[in-house]
Amino acid sequence: MNAQPITEVAESRPLPSDSASVSRAVTPALELCGLSKTFTLGGGLFKRGRTLGAVSNVSLRIPRGQVMGLVGESGCGKSTLAKMLLGLTTPSDGDVLVDGRPVRGADQKALARHIQPIFQDPYSSLNPRKRIAQIVGLPLRVHGIGTPREQAAHVAETLDVVGLPRRAAEQFPGQLSGGQRQRVAIARALVMRPDIVICDEPTSALDVSVQAQILNLLLDLKAEFGLTYLFISHDLAVVEHLVDRVAVMYLGRIVEEGTREQIFGSPRHPYTRALLDSALTPEPGLGVPDIGLGDATPDPSDPPAGCAFHPRCPKAQATCRQQRPRLEDIRGDNARVACHLA
Amino acid sequence: MPLLEVNNLRVDLPVEAGTLHAVRGIDFHVERGEMLCLVGESGCGKSMTSLALMGLLPRKARLTADRLQFDGIDLTMLSERRRSDLRGARMSMIFQEPMTALNPAYTLGNQLCEGLIRHRGVSRQEARERAIYLLERVGISAAKDRLNQYPHQLSGGLRQRVMIAMALMCEPDLIIADEPTTALDVTIQAQILRLLRELQQEFGTAVIFITHDLGVVARIADRVAVMYAGEVIESAPTPALYANPAHPYTRGLLSCIPAPGKTPPGSRLQAIPGVVPSLVGHVEGCAFRNRCPQAQPTCERTPPLMSLSGDHRARCHYADRPVPAPRPPETIS
Amino acid sequence: MTTSSVSPTASSASTPGTGLGEISLQPPAWSRVTRRLFGHRGLAIGLIVVGLAILIAIFAPLLAPHDPYHQDIANRMVPPVWHDEGSWEHVLGTDKLGRDTLSRLLFGTRISLTIGLVVALISGVIGTTLGVLAGYFGGRVDAVISYIITTRLAMPVVLVALALASLTGGSLTTVILLLGLLLWDRFAVVSRSVTQQVRDAEYVFAARTLGCSLPYILLREVLPNIAGSLIVVMTLEMAHAILLEATLSFLGMGVQPPLPSWGLMVAEGKAYMFFQPWVIAIPGIALFVLVLAINLLGDGLRDLNAPGGRN
Repeated sequence: MNAQPITEVAESRPLPSDSASVSRAVTPALELCGLSKTFTLGGGLFKRGRTLGAVSNVSLRIPRGQVMGLVGESGCGKSTLAKMLLGLTTPSDGDVLVDGRPVRGADQKALARHIQPIFQDPYSSLNPRKRIAQIVGLPLRVHGIGTPREQAAHVAETLDVVGLPRRAAEQFPGQLSGGQRQRVAIARALVMRPDIVICDEPTSALDVSVQAQILNLLLDLKAEFGLTYLFISHDLAVVEHLVDRVAVMYLGRIVEEGTREQIFGSPRHPYTRALLDSALTPEPGLGVPDIGLGDATPDPSDPPAGCAFHPRCPKAQATCRQQRPRLEDIRGDNARVACHLA
Repeated sequence: MPLLEVNNLRVDLPVEAGTLHAVRGIDFHVERGEMLCLVGESGCGKSMTSLALMGLLPRKARLTADRLQFDGIDLTMLSERRRSDLRGARMSMIFQEPMTALNPAYTLGNQLCEGLIRHRGVSRQEARERAIYLLERVGISAAKDRLNQYPHQLSGGLRQRVMIAMALMCEPDLIIADEPTTALDVTIQAQILRLLRELQQEFGTAVIFITHDLGVVARIADRVAVMYAGEVIESAPTPALYANPAHPYTRGLLSCIPAPGKTPPGSRLQAIPGVVPSLVGHVEGCAFRNRCPQAQPTCERTPPLMSLSGDHRARCHYADRPVPAPRPPETIS
Repeated sequence: MTTSSVSPTASSASTPGTGLGEISLQPPAWSRVTRRLFGHRGLAIGLIVVGLAILIAIFAPLLAPHDPYHQDIANRMVPPVWHDEGSWEHVLGTDKLGRDTLSRLLFGTRISLTIGLVVALISGVIGTTLGVLAGYFGGRVDAVISYIITTRLAMPVVLVALALASLTGGSLTTVILLLGLLLWDRFAVVSRSVTQQVRDAEYVFAARTLGCSLPYILLREVLPNIAGSLIVVMTLEMAHAILLEATLSFLGMGVQPPLPSWGLMVAEGKAYMFFQPWVIAIPGIALFVLVLAINLLGDGLRDLNAPGGRN
C-alpha cells in the first residue's frame, strides 16, 4: 500500500513510523486525511464574506468493524464532518479514503454504496408523504438494484432485520412512533448493505426507554453485518457504552483521540476532562460538579489565537495563548492529544 | 402546610379523535425551599402539569382538581387578573428555549425590570439595581452594560442565566423550570444546574424542575416524582428512589441508561419494550402493564397509590409485595 | 409548544396489548377526510359554492333557459321576476339587447372559472419553479430570483395589464396570458420560503446522499411537501384573477362582447344603474359570491394545512 494517497499534513501526522507500519498492514475502512471545510459567511451577490473554519485539518482512521465515537459541543464541526463524509458538502481540503481509495471525484452513487447515514431526528428524516416501503426501497430504485419484485422482498427482509412488522411497509411515517421511525431510518441505511454507517446523534431525539432499544439494535446490526460506525453524539454515557475509540472535537479540530479506556479512564486534554466531569450520571448525592469553565463560548468565525480552548481552560498558560498545540501521539501509545500541558 | 398542594389534578384536551387525558389525577406537594423534580418521557404530562400550575394551559384545555392550593390560595377559584398577579410576583417560570421566552424587541433591562415595577410598584431605578445585582449573582460580567443589550446578543448559556435572574426578580416562592438545560451543551448544562441549585438554596425558593434526564434528577433533586402516561407512578426522596425504585417503570428507566463502570461496554441494555399508550379515550387499569415485565392479571385494575416507607409512594399493585410466581401458561388462557 | 408536547405517540389506548411491533390503525380514511373538511364552516361553504359553480359551468347548456347570445329586441330591459313587470320567461330579466340575463350569468361561470383556473395554473408553474429553485439553491440563484420577484412586485398589475391589453387588443386568450404572466409573485414568495424549510429536512439529505438526481429531489421529495401551501395560494390567485378579469373587461380591455363575462355584463349595465339597478347588481352579486367562496375555501385549506391542524 505504498500508493496510499495521504498527503503530508503539516500538523497532524500522528503516527510514529513503527506504529504506522503496523496499522498500514490493515487498511482502515474509513480514513480521513487532513479534512477541512471553510464556509463563507455574509457574502452577497457581489461582495465577499468572512470565512469560517468549520472543520480544520481532521485526520482519523477507523478500522473495519470498529466504532469510532465523535464527541463535542454544538458548533464544534461534527455535523459538518459527517456531511463531508456523506458527500453532502465538498471538503475545502483533504481527502476521505474508503478502503484505502480516495473518494474525491468518485460519484455520489458509488459513495452511497459504501457509506450510509442515520440522522438524528426520525421526524425529519422520513418524507411524510411517502410510504415506508417507498422510503426503505428508494436506495434500491435509485441504484437500479434488482427487479421491483426483488426490491420488495429485500425491503421486507430489511424490515425484519430492524425489528419492524412487515405491515409497516404500507404505513406512512406519521403513523409510527419515534422509535419505529428510527428503525425505518436504519432500514433505509442498511438496505444496500453498506460497509460504513455514519450515525449522527441517532438517539438524542428519542425517549430514554426507546433509546436503549435502538442502541441494542445498532450493536446487533454491527455484529451481524460487520459494520463500521462513526458514532456522533453528545451523550458520553452512550458513547462509552458503544465505541472502541473516541475523538473529541473542539472548534473544528480534534483535540484528543484514543481508545475508550484511554479517553474515559485517563483523559489528558482539559476539555475532555471537563466534558467527562459535566456528564451527570444517575448517582444521587454527588451534586453538580464545578467544572471550572467559563461559558465564554468562542465564535467559530473568529477562533482564539493559540490553543482554541485557552479562554475557557482553567490551566491556560502563556504558551497556550500564542502557539497552537499539535495533535500528537506523545507517549507512543497510539493516542493523540493536542495540549501543551499534556 | 406545604407551599403547593395538588390533589387529583386532571387536564383534558379535546383532540380530533376524542379527548386526550394529558394529566390523569395526579397528587403531589412541594415544601417551601425544596427542589422537586418531575421526571418522565415525552407525552407523560409533565409539561401540561407545569402549565396547569402556572395557569397557562391552552384555552380549550379543561382542568379539574380536588385541591390546587398555593400557600393557602385556591388556584382554581382565582380570577384571571389575580392569577396573573400571582404568576408574576410569587410564581415564575423558566422555559426550555430562552430565545423564544425572551422578547427579541426589548432590551434585557426592560424585560428584567418590567415585572418588578408592575407587581411591586418599585421605581425604575430600584428595579435596575436589583437587576444588576441578580445578573451579577447568576455570573454575568459587566451586568450594567448587559441591561442595554438585546437577547440575540447573548449565547444560549448566557440567555438561560438571564432567564434565571428574571425568574428571581420578584423573589418568588416557587419557580417552575421546564427542561431549562435540555437545549444546552453538557458543559454549559452543568454550570447552569449548579447555579440554579446554589441560588435556590440561598434564596430558599421552591423549584419544580421538569426533566427527562435521570442523571440531572439524581444530582439536584430533593424529591422526585416519576410520571408515566399522565400519572405520578412513583414519588420519593431522591436517595430512596435511586436506592429502591419500587415501580417497574422506574426500575426500567434506571436500567436502560448505560451506567459507566457498571454496564459492561457493548453489552445489551435492558430496554423497555413497546411504546407509551395513547391517552386519547378512556384508560383503564395500570397504564404500564403492556410494557411491564412482571404484569399480572391484577394489573387490569387501576392500582392504588401504595405508601411504602416514609415519603415513598408508588402506584403499583406489587410495590410492597413480591410478584406472584408465574403460573403455568395453560391456566392463564 | 404546549399541545405538541403531549401529542400521543402512535399506538392506540384501546388496545392494551400493544407491543413493540404494534402499529395503530387509524380511523377509516374517508370519514377522517370528511370530518376535517366539514368540521370547518368556512371551508364547507366555500367547497359547496365552488362545487356548484363548477357544476353550473359544465352543465350550462342544459341549465340555461335561453341562448345567451340570442338578441330579442322586443324584450329589452325586462326586469327580474320579483319585479312587478317581471315574468317567468326571463327569471333574471334581460339586458339592453334583450339577451336573457340568467342564461348569460350561467354561461359567464365558464369564463370566470376558466380564467381563474388557467391563470392560476400558468402563474403557479412560473412562480413555483422560480420559488423552489431560489429556495433550494439559495446563494446567487436566490439573489437573482429574489431580484426578479422584487421587480415584479414593483409593477402595478392593473396598469401593466391595461397597457399591454391596449397594445395587443383584448380577448379571452390575451387576458389569460397576461394575468398568467403577471400573477406568479405570491407563488414564488411562498414556495421559496417553504422550500427553504424543506431543503434542510433530513429526508432531503438522505436522498442526496443516495445520489438521487436533482429533478427527483425537487419533484418527489420537495414538491409534495410544499404542495399544501401552494394549493392555498392557488385558490387565492384564482379569486384574484377572476376579479382582475372583471376589472379589465369592465374597462373594455378584457374579454370582448358578446361573450357573457360578468365584468362585461356590469360594464354594459352601468348606464342603467340608477333606474334599473338589477342589470349590474345581478352579475355583481354573482362575482362577489364566487370570489368570496373561493377565498373561504383558501382560508379553510390554509387552516387545515397549518401544523396545529395536522394531529
